[in-house]
Amino acid sequence: MPITRRAFLKSSGGAAAATLAAPYIWPRGAWAQSTVKVGILHSLTGTIAIAEASVVDAEKLAIEEINASGGVNGRKIEVIVEDGASDWPTFAEKARKLLDRDKVAAIMGCYTSASRKATLPVVERSKGLLYYPTYYEGLEMSPNIMYTAQEATQSVIAAVNWLAQNKGKSFYLIGSDYIWPRTTNKIAKPTIEKAGGKVLGEDYIPLGNVEFASVINKIKAQKPEVILSTVVGGSNVAFYKQLQAAGLNGKNQALLALAVSEEEASGIGTENLEGFLSCMGYFQSLKGSPNEKFVKAFKAKYGANRVVGDTLECGYISVYLWKMAAEKAKSFEVPAVVAASSELEIDAPEGKVKFHKANHHLWKHARIGAFRKDGQIEMIYESPLIEPNPFPKI
Amino acid sequence: MSLDIVVMQAFNGLSLFTVLALMALGLAIVFGLMGVINMAHGELMAMGAYTTYLTAVIFERFMPGLLGIYLLVAIVLAFAVTFLFGLALERSFIRFLYNRPLDTMLATWGLSLILQQTFRSLFGPREVGVPSPQWLSGAWQPSPGLSIPLSRLFIIGLTVLVGLALYALLYRTRWGLRIRAVTQNRAMSGAVGIDTARVDAMTFAIGSGLAGIAGSALTMLASTGPVTGQQYIVDTFIVVVFGGVESLLGTFSAAFMIAQMQSWLEFTMTGSMAKATILLCVIVALYFRPAGLFALKVRR
Amino acid sequence: MTQARVGRAGELAGIVVLAVLTSVVPFTLDEFRQQLAAKYLCFAFPAVGLVLLWGYGGILSLGQGLYFGMGSYFMAMFLKLEAAAQTNTGSALSQFYGSSLPDFMVWNSVETLPWWWRPFHSLSFALAAIVIIPPLFAFLLAYANFRKRVGGVYFSIITLALAAIASIVIIGQQGYTGGVNGITDFKTFLGVDILSNGVKRVLYFVTVALLLAAVLAGRALLRSRTGKILVAIRDREDRVRFSGYNPATFKAFVFAVAALLASIGGALFALQEGLASPSLVGIVPSIEMVIYAAVGGRLSLIGSVYGTLLVFSAKTFFSENFPEIWLYLLGVLFILVVMFLPTGLAGLGERLRRLRGRPARAASPAAAGGRPARSEVDSAVEVGSGRPA
Repeated sequence: MPITRRAFLKSSGGAAAATLAAPYIWPRGAWAQSTVKVGILHSLTGTIAIAEASVVDAEKLAIEEINASGGVNGRKIEVIVEDGASDWPTFAEKARKLLDRDKVAAIMGCYTSASRKATLPVVERSKGLLYYPTYYEGLEMSPNIMYTAQEATQSVIAAVNWLAQNKGKSFYLIGSDYIWPRTTNKIAKPTIEKAGGKVLGEDYIPLGNVEFASVINKIKAQKPEVILSTVVGGSNVAFYKQLQAAGLNGKNQALLALAVSEEEASGIGTENLEGFLSCMGYFQSLKGSPNEKFVKAFKAKYGANRVVGDTLECGYISVYLWKMAAEKAKSFEVPAVVAASSELEIDAPEGKVKFHKANHHLWKHARIGAFRKDGQIEMIYESPLIEPNPFPKI
Repeated sequence: MSLDIVVMQAFNGLSLFTVLALMALGLAIVFGLMGVINMAHGELMAMGAYTTYLTAVIFERFMPGLLGIYLLVAIVLAFAVTFLFGLALERSFIRFLYNRPLDTMLATWGLSLILQQTFRSLFGPREVGVPSPQWLSGAWQPSPGLSIPLSRLFIIGLTVLVGLALYALLYRTRWGLRIRAVTQNRAMSGAVGIDTARVDAMTFAIGSGLAGIAGSALTMLASTGPVTGQQYIVDTFIVVVFGGVESLLGTFSAAFMIAQMQSWLEFTMTGSMAKATILLCVIVALYFRPAGLFALKVRR
Repeated sequence: MTQARVGRAGELAGIVVLAVLTSVVPFTLDEFRQQLAAKYLCFAFPAVGLVLLWGYGGILSLGQGLYFGMGSYFMAMFLKLEAAAQTNTGSALSQFYGSSLPDFMVWNSVETLPWWWRPFHSLSFALAAIVIIPPLFAFLLAYANFRKRVGGVYFSIITLALAAIASIVIIGQQGYTGGVNGITDFKTFLGVDILSNGVKRVLYFVTVALLLAAVLAGRALLRSRTGKILVAIRDREDRVRFSGYNPATFKAFVFAVAALLASIGGALFALQEGLASPSLVGIVPSIEMVIYAAVGGRLSLIGSVYGTLLVFSAKTFFSENFPEIWLYLLGVLFILVVMFLPTGLAGLGERLRRLRGRPARAASPAAAGGRPARSEVDSAVEVGSGRPA
């Protein structure tokens, strides 16, 4: 197909002009001395948006509250929101943009371990600071990341011990097939044995899979007293529906989920979850004035139908933790903020928690609760503060 | 392995077969007749699922007493909605793409992106909860070791019904006669006076309607969200291509074989390895029978 | 049916402009945008490959992600082995667990480096793997299928299924491949810090140079006898077979070339972005690669480069400002390009001229018979849409 020279030069000239002009037509935030920029980097679109998009709301609420009470170090927070689009290379690209171009003082971001792992080299190289609000598998400690949610040892060990004491000693482990469930189960297995229990089976389902018939069959064949579920995401909906269809429900089978919070409940169907257990660091139903204030403010801003889960709460306190560290250090420089975070204590909706002296993780409570008919979780056990240990002996 | 397990596994295979068949029928009809590969088929299923959700919401709000039968109404509505949408789609842009199957794949892929984002904008990114009717919850337990989920039984029944209805339509009505005629020899059918354009539109609409029914039925088993269509689409394609184009019998056979394979493989190996193995088997099978299992001779 | 006219003054001018553009760009844009441009150019490689494979060969591969992934993973394996204990996490892991294996192997309790990882300690092996394994695999796969006359839609679906399998297997074997996280966190390439701006600039120029070389090589191929036979196969495979050629060999060859290009693009991507991920291997990215080629013009090698840059620029712009709209736009783009712009942007001038009523610049001899000259692409689109022969 002949391409005429004129048409070609026209189109290439146009493209050249557009490319050269582009950065001047779409300038990013103007530098203002009286504000400090904070970036929010989560998936607003794509498959993970289901879980991650709402974390942005909690972080924005915290920023609004902080700005209303004067800002950080006298400067108001200017927030820049970027969409990771559930695509890890995009997360790395947007992180680079936030740090190198927008020069944000901190990023509140990431949900899946994959997004965090793609962002980590960028944050380390640009010497930025990332606050990561999602429960994960540990095995990491970056000098440029503050981990504000529980790592695996802070949830599964307490959960297993409680289950072995209260529900039974034979376990069936089922999870989605990627690193968090696998690592969690690696920690769970010796814990189960130490508690005098037995592992009857261990199964992994591909991410996004919705056919659970065979696996449920396997489970029923083994008749475990306890099912420990690390199934995540949309698969949960299919999993609980099909469990219910197979006759397993909260009344006749003990099941503890490590990845189902209040937010997933309505999509799964509260009738499918009733009676099943969940282990998190935070439940919306917790008593205490910091939590009641938080839930009220959240519902007032976003609607009475919204619910708050563990990750949202961690996103909320991430902003406050950054503010507190920046004010303690009287600076936004990353090394100063990180140093000021050591043993920093906060009266959070989940209770009083504090940063570890050195490993950038928070001391956390592990809480176990049962799903109610209305989708809320009723707490039945709370552990004392657990020290974070991202590199356990496994 | 006890007899109970064997029976349960066999039932699982049967259930999965009906799920795959229900999803694949719509696609097979469209692909078989018009050579159109509709990559947006999954989103049509999602449309049926969302229609079911909306029906449930309406029933809950206005007729809570009748909630028990909402599912039946929903299935009919899902068929109607996706049928009409398919009709509109065919008239507006699919018909410009006949005889260009590769281009159709790309164009319908674009359509699927648009539909996904539309669902996300309208209903939010989270899954929506579709309630299961009371009479479908739980399982039938003929013996202590066996428990047959009622929702899966329902889907089996629905598939049988849909299969019979389709058979009746294709082999016992004038419309079915026209459709079969156009499939076998388009030029000749046009020559004897069949309006091939109308037949095409009708067929595409029927295929879309079937997708709607499948999506509606699947709300009992899986989640309903913007990415619902993606959950099953790869499997559906494989079934259709494996079964051989232009042969509904092929579709059923392929669905049966793949379902059984998947059910047994999942029991013995991890989920992801089972999936990869099945895809590999299909590729090998396509190598030996490039036109699929049952390839009809047609003249275009 | 005339053969495709390639390489007139127009193409040459396009190449010159592109060279200028991509050399000027690093000096006028800030580093972030420049690195973005480098990333986009990595995806131009599979797009160029698709122009050869699809535009001129008539074979639509919906699984180029597989080869892109191979290239990126091979490069990543080399970089990861080099980086193993240098990263923060790596050193923490070796401190706690006494293992110097890549991090994802440590936390999946892989005790020793698998045999197929070992050769990747050597750069020459890694480079050889990148340029040999994907094209070899592609050739064998394509030859086996084309010999049995599997074509058109069926072959496309086979490529689709392979990409899906690769993605599933990579994600499922996280002890050996890093799973859904991919392979990340590398720092140096033969001791050179690949994260520094200076090195990234050098990489940018390397990418541009390789891309131009690929485009010129493509032009040379299309002008050669092989290229002409290829186009003939696209348009009338039976006649070529009756003339004594074996179409399977030629088609498999061009498929291998496309795989090679995709693999090189993947390797460059791993070097620049610092990660190899299964999210670039599966069905969705593979189909997106087709759109880059389509937007620019599936019959224009340079056009596919423009197509890639344009689509990515749009993606970045929209996702920064109106993230919700991006997917709508991408969907509409697919539909528009397929229905109204089968020749892409590069052919826009031609189509506008025809719409205005003037005859096409290069009239095919068929026009002499009084029938309206059909554009070659329209015919190619009809015939090259290949049923199983």
